[in-house]
Amino acid sequence: MSDATGAFSSDIAAGSATSDAYRPGHGHGNAHGWATGHGQGGPASKFVTVAYGFWIFLLSDIIMFSAFFAAYAVLAKATAGGPTGKELFDLTRVAVQTGLLLTSSFTGGLATLATQRRSMAGTQFWLLVTGLLGAAFLFLEVQEFAAMAAEQAGPSRSAFLSAFFALVGCHGTHVGLGLLWLGTMMAQLWVKGFRPEILRRLHCFGLFWHALDIIWVAIFTLVYLLGASS
Amino acid sequence: MTDIDSRIDEDLDRRDSAPGEERITEHEPVGGLPGYLLGFGLAILLTIASFLAAQTGLIYQPAVISALVVLAIAQMGVHLVFFLHLTTGSDNTNNVLALAFGVLIVALVVLGSIWIMGHLNQNMAPMSAHQAEMLP
Repeated sequence: MSDATGAFSSDIAAGSATSDAYRPGHGHGNAHGWATGHGQGGPASKFVTVAYGFWIFLLSDIIMFSAFFAAYAVLAKATAGGPTGKELFDLTRVAVQTGLLLTSSFTGGLATLATQRRSMAGTQFWLLVTGLLGAAFLFLEVQEFAAMAAEQAGPSRSAFLSAFFALVGCHGTHVGLGLLWLGTMMAQLWVKGFRPEILRRLHCFGLFWHALDIIWVAIFTLVYLLGASS
Repeated sequence: MTDIDSRIDEDLDRRDSAPGEERITEHEPVGGLPGYLLGFGLAILLTIASFLAAQTGLIYQPAVISALVVLAIAQMGVHLVFFLHLTTGSDNTNNVLALAFGVLIVALVVLGSIWIMGHLNQNMAPMSAHQAEMLP
């Protein structure tokens, strides 16, 4: 596995001398004046185009979440005489969930660093830690949903709870699908090694996982903290 | 990778960087392991600040919502800079522009919904449960 080390390092181009986009001291329009994004350097590499396409997907995913956030913000007070967020939300659990997901985002970053070193053991270990933390997060969320459903506070109780389950459940679904993707990537990396397409997929997975944490920041602030304090 | 691939690779633009890829920040404080540690630390601090703002009386109650929104935006910025390695460099222009467009749409959807639905609620005549049942 580790014999692939360095062979494909051009995909991430770590420490490449030509990658200084600023090129301080060089004016415009002279012979040195390469400008990224103006097509003068030739087409972008597949690594860049794939990751850019995935970035566009992530942004459109965030726009989809914004519709769920808008629905929740509009319906947050529409409790129909049922339980309010203040009565339902357990902030200790939310704090633990936040810590788990934040730490798993950090260990995902450590996996990226291990990938750049082409360390198979390091990458697999940090991916595993990332997956376990994500699974613990998901377990707490399912537990919370089950407890709420048992208290007659399921999604059909009020408009507020419908919007809550749709928003938080959508994020939980993303985490669950991310865990499936993570397991697939660990297996593919183990079997195929650091091949260019595996590096691209690992990079996209990293982007996905960090984006999920950004959405969770909005959820724990706007849904849980605001709901419990007002 | 075959020989043909690597020859084509020679002509590619090596100055573009993918979203989440570290290039010019690699040897600066926000790059590599120190960057992730710094981002993790800042995110933890901002999370603790959010919980304190919401749970204690440190902040004047009507201002809590503003404080929470500001802290959340700050934490998203920390994630974007330290975990997703978004920079203002010219190799990142495409990524930043795509993000800016996404933020515009998100702001339109969320703020627009709250604004319009708030006005609709205000313009609704108060109605008893009996009247509501009479509606077509």
